[in-house]
Amino acid sequence: MIKKIFTLTSLLLFNMSFSQQTPGDEQTNKILINNCFVHIGNGEIIEDGAVGFSEGKITYVGKSISNDSINEKFNVINARGKHLYPGFIAVNSTLGLVEIDAVRASRDQDEIGDFLPHIRSLVAYNAESKIIESVRPNGVLIAQVTPRGGVISGKSSIMQMDAWNWEDAVIKSDEGIHLNWPSPYSIDYRNRKLTKNKNYLKSVKLIDNFFSESKVSIKQSPLNIPYESMKKIFDGSQTLYLHANYEKQIVDGVSFLKSKKIKNIVLIHGEESENQIDFLKKHEIPVVISKPHRLPLSEDQDLNYPYKLAKTLVDGGLLVSIDLAGSMERIHTRNLPFFAGTFSAFGLEKEEALKLITYNAAKILKIDKNYGSIVKGKSATLILSDGDALDMRSNNISHAYIDGRKISLETHQTKLWNRYQNKYKKQ
Amino acid sequence: MRKLIFFTFLGIGILKAQVYFPENSGVKIVPNTYNAFTNATIHLEPGNVIKNGTLLEKNGVIVDVGTDIKLPKNTIVHDKSGKHIYPSFIELFSDFSIKKPTKKNRYGRSEQFNPDRSGYYWNDHILSEYKSITDYSYDKKIASKMRGYGFGIINSHRFNGIHRGSGVLIALNDKQNNNKRIISDNSTEHFSFKKSVTSNQSYPSSIMGAMALIRQFYYDSKWYSNNDNQTKDLSIEAFIKNKNIPKIFDSGFDKLNTIRIVKLINELNIDFTIVASGKEFENINELNKDKIKLILPLNLPKAFDVSDPLLTKKISLKDMRFWSQAPSNPYHVSRSKIPFAFTSSMVSSSKEFFKNLRKVISYGLDRDIALKALTTVPAEILGQQNIIGKLKKKFLANFLVTNGELFENGTIISENWVQGQPHIILNDNIKDIDGNYELIINDFKYKLQIKNSKKKITAEIKKDSTTYPVKSNYENEWLNLTILDKKNNKYSQLSCKIDSNRLQGKGIDFEGKIVYWSTKKLKDNPKKRKIDNENYYNPVPVTYPNKAYGNLSIPKQKNTIFKNATVWTNESEGIIENTDVLVINGKIASVGKNIPYPKNTFVIDATNKHLTSGIIDEHSHIAASSINEGGQNSSAEVSIGDVIDPDDINIFRNLSGGVTTIQILHGSANPIGGKSAIINLKWGESIENMKFKDADPFIKFALGENVKQSNWESYSRFPQTRMGVEQVFTDYFQRAKEYGDKWVKYNEIPLRKKLKAKPPRYDLEMETIWEILKGERFVTCHSYVQSEINMMMKVAEKFDFKINTFTHILEGYKVADKMKKHGAGGSTFSDWWSYKFEVKDAIPHNGSIMHDSGVLVAFNSDDPEMSRRLNQEAAKAVKYGGVSEEEAWKFVTLNPAKLLHIENSVGSIKVNKNADLVLWSSHPMSIYSRAEKTMIQGAIYYSSDKINKMLETNKKERSLLISQMLDVASKGNKTETPVIITKKEFHCETLDY
Repeated sequence: MIKKIFTLTSLLLFNMSFSQQTPGDEQTNKILINNCFVHIGNGEIIEDGAVGFSEGKITYVGKSISNDSINEKFNVINARGKHLYPGFIAVNSTLGLVEIDAVRASRDQDEIGDFLPHIRSLVAYNAESKIIESVRPNGVLIAQVTPRGGVISGKSSIMQMDAWNWEDAVIKSDEGIHLNWPSPYSIDYRNRKLTKNKNYLKSVKLIDNFFSESKVSIKQSPLNIPYESMKKIFDGSQTLYLHANYEKQIVDGVSFLKSKKIKNIVLIHGEESENQIDFLKKHEIPVVISKPHRLPLSEDQDLNYPYKLAKTLVDGGLLVSIDLAGSMERIHTRNLPFFAGTFSAFGLEKEEALKLITYNAAKILKIDKNYGSIVKGKSATLILSDGDALDMRSNNISHAYIDGRKISLETHQTKLWNRYQNKYKKQ
Repeated sequence: MRKLIFFTFLGIGILKAQVYFPENSGVKIVPNTYNAFTNATIHLEPGNVIKNGTLLEKNGVIVDVGTDIKLPKNTIVHDKSGKHIYPSFIELFSDFSIKKPTKKNRYGRSEQFNPDRSGYYWNDHILSEYKSITDYSYDKKIASKMRGYGFGIINSHRFNGIHRGSGVLIALNDKQNNNKRIISDNSTEHFSFKKSVTSNQSYPSSIMGAMALIRQFYYDSKWYSNNDNQTKDLSIEAFIKNKNIPKIFDSGFDKLNTIRIVKLINELNIDFTIVASGKEFENINELNKDKIKLILPLNLPKAFDVSDPLLTKKISLKDMRFWSQAPSNPYHVSRSKIPFAFTSSMVSSSKEFFKNLRKVISYGLDRDIALKALTTVPAEILGQQNIIGKLKKKFLANFLVTNGELFENGTIISENWVQGQPHIILNDNIKDIDGNYELIINDFKYKLQIKNSKKKITAEIKKDSTTYPVKSNYENEWLNLTILDKKNNKYSQLSCKIDSNRLQGKGIDFEGKIVYWSTKKLKDNPKKRKIDNENYYNPVPVTYPNKAYGNLSIPKQKNTIFKNATVWTNESEGIIENTDVLVINGKIASVGKNIPYPKNTFVIDATNKHLTSGIIDEHSHIAASSINEGGQNSSAEVSIGDVIDPDDINIFRNLSGGVTTIQILHGSANPIGGKSAIINLKWGESIENMKFKDADPFIKFALGENVKQSNWESYSRFPQTRMGVEQVFTDYFQRAKEYGDKWVKYNEIPLRKKLKAKPPRYDLEMETIWEILKGERFVTCHSYVQSEINMMMKVAEKFDFKINTFTHILEGYKVADKMKKHGAGGSTFSDWWSYKFEVKDAIPHNGSIMHDSGVLVAFNSDDPEMSRRLNQEAAKAVKYGGVSEEEAWKFVTLNPAKLLHIENSVGSIKVNKNADLVLWSSHPMSIYSRAEKTMIQGAIYYSSDKINKMLETNKKERSLLISQMLDVASKGNKTETPVIITKKEFHCETLDY
């Protein structure tokens, strides 16, 4: 099926000279996707359901509609047996900031300096990245684009994946600040040794100073831009993303932020959050856990610990999503649905696993008013898959929409595929 | 140090020079006096003790020893009643008195390929001509410390280099000079796997490179000695000259290095004595008992400081266990009959030395064997068993005087005689005056307490409730006490010569008047016997491997039937449902519906489950201690087979993902890499048992950015472009061809004439490349872009061989037709791309295009994480490119088997093939599927249902060990702050140094 679509589109001969797919046009006609499994994203599923949308907004969610009663104005897609999902959301990603890992000139993710709340990811976001287009055919349509490095890395923004430029792409700009909590251990990478970090308290003190200065600094000349950039953290209009793995980091970091009266805190990575579930629950901290495709932290750890963590945290009553950071993080963004699938293979019910990359992600990023679930009135950001999209065996996306705009599922890679298939066909 | 008080015995401490040395400071005295040590318990050698014995010495040599010995007239008699006399100890592994090598500075990032020196071997890390004596300067301070341990002789060498040169045998004789002390200036040859710090020559940059270098040096020395050489090589000449002196190989206290040295012993037939790891109990059966001798470290791991629970959690079970098991290592080695000596080189004090000796004895080591390990065994290793190590006629008069059995708690070495010269460690002649006394001065009565009189005396004087501070001094048999009356700013001084049991004497009182004073000894407080506080704890059991997830015994073959499974045969039968597979003696015996099976067959109900052959990863870097020998642009002489790490936890993790066979490839740091190893993931087995039996040999080649060193700012090594890469290969193949021709010619010489003919130089690197040209070794070539892939095939064709497999091959889809024509297979990633410039055009449809073009395609991992879910990666061949599920599954099973030429025994479910099987909970390519059982040759190495129990057992063991460590700490013993060491994760680019 998918093969046919690609062959068809290749026959249309999209302009081969452009690396990026041309962004889809605004939705003008009404569309009804009928007779499919509708995965709402919030844990619910409508078997044999239908979804209608116009002008970019969802207008109907419910049982499938018989052909006779369909309003003529709708373009109907008969999707019998297919699965409809909200577009998947990648949290803590660096999409668009780096193109080729080994090429320094293409790396824009990590600015020098330690305290950089004024650094903004969105201005470096390359809307025409070939990697961005490669994640869409697997269902990833929205990403939180986040700078890396330093103690405070900078500000992230939420982008949608089909745009002419960063201004077009942005869903929510400068929505949060990323704080990398110092490690209580120091790691000697050369000798693979881990010991207590003797400078731990010193590092924490530096953070404390920065927060204190920021809190009291006032808008006057000379203006301290870094301190000024922290203001919205204190009033709660921006989120503080706390990047921490170890138990001690988690407890110290959250306690610190609470003592500074930070309202919106999200924990990122949370490798050892399993041991602090009650603490996190008490403080209502959502956790964006590291992707499951990683090795256990130590040779003694449960072989399947990285796969099981989501289930443990969800059962503990936490709001959980999936973090993309790690080796080859950008190219693996297209495996986001399979990360959720892995969490499902190790305990989470399928719709719960789906929530991690849809409803929960939107809620954590505070874009749930419009995105993350298939609900009347929300943005028509949807994907239609031939089968279960969380399993690579059946993830075959035939249609994808962002705000009602139908987007191309072609990529730099499918073009090369077609080109060489044709070469050999002719031989 | 305080307790080590030295002084010279009158009469026998005078320095006596060599007889032929001129004497200008007086009249010449020629030593000819005898010393006799009488009435002692003499331990002639381990296991041979005489009571009331006499030892007669003259000029540093034992004249006689026994019970009935006539003493010559000119004998000084030392009465040693109540004392024990032992032969003093011999240390083999030390850099005592040798100047530390000066580290050579390194400038810039570029590697150094050429040696710094000339006239010697081409590699600066072979320092066979170096003699440690040239950097020798007798270190009295360390000598006295070592005598405190009981050592009389040290064999010392400079710790520098792979061949470290020769050592020097030194007696710890402070009283005489080097003429006497140096027993041999060329006592031993020393080896290690560590490069010298005195040169920055980059080769070898790995352990496998060091092994290859040692082999090549050995072959070169053979060849050199058979040829009339036009050129000189002083390193080889030194090695040839030292052929018969003992050789000691330092493993760096590493268990796997120890096995590697055993391998070299067997290959080269060199009699290395191995400085071992202290972990021999883990794999004692792999050490060849008949051929090896060991030097065991006597340091023992300290208990960890477990007071920080968060940090404690990070200590691995393996490290905790080592604390529990290490003390029993010497016992286990002794049981296996392997001769061994002890080294104190990692021990920091004599207290620790004896504490550890007593500890290993309490963990089962026989006392006589312990004594042998310090005396006769090191003497034999040195080939000096006729003069040292025992108390025997004509042996050196090197002996210890103790107050009891050597290994008893509380035994103290009081004298250490070296070459007949006394060295006093603890002066027995000082009278112990510790105790409580009633002190009477001018009819006033005080209480006097004296403590620690044999070392550093302290005293205290009390009257009623007043305590007077006392300054005390006790030396040369005189006791002086100064008593201060601070309140009245007065003092009194008392002194006496200690010659009877009473303390009494003269002094001045607080008023300055001369007084006589006396004492009455009060009843002694019961003396607390000092005991070692660390208790004996039963060592926790050893598992295979000895870490988390290890088994108490290695899994065994079991006749098994899988009943009613969906069987992915990878054969013409395809995927068949409701089928049984019977395994007998490790082989697949039959496949079919309701097949009969013998009694006692283990039955596994596989209803609703899928059974496949094991996954084969063609490109892996797990289970190895090093991956790249990047020191030169060709390293064909090195072999991953030399550096397999059978204990890597990733083996078990891979089993949990259904992987049964992997090829461990050399990395991609250079165009011609090293030989690879194909292993079965038999978790817990020895290295040799893991190796795939009778597999064809392979070698890794590499092209592109890595071999050009594009991404690590090194600009000096050829090649720096893809143009140069072609020439590297052409050059090596041409040379290998010519090399081969020479040998063919030589081998054709009839036997009669062969004796006269000189064989060509044996070159390990050329041998390997020649094997490729002969079609005896096969190439897996790391490659990315189409130009280089094409080039490699053309170079191979020019030299008339085929590239067996292109690995990575991410642009294989661009030249699939050419690959098909050449006959090369492709082993690729499912969906990796964009991590470097040369993979910008990588597409996930690559596998499917190559497959459709008739190329044999596999998916590999090159990654310890991805390798444990290669089943899911196979599904991506279906998703991207529409390969059928049945064919896609072969991408990770049958096709890699074919690429590795092992498809006759593995890769499909077929009668008579090895029973390498995986039982999956559901469709094997689904993300929801899990491997439930992984079987290799009929033995189940992984069972998902046993994991929870294993975790539970580990948890219990940890808490037991933690409680023991807390116990140790509570008794006031020192503990160690945890340092957690994790294993390096290897990829193609990972370098060792």
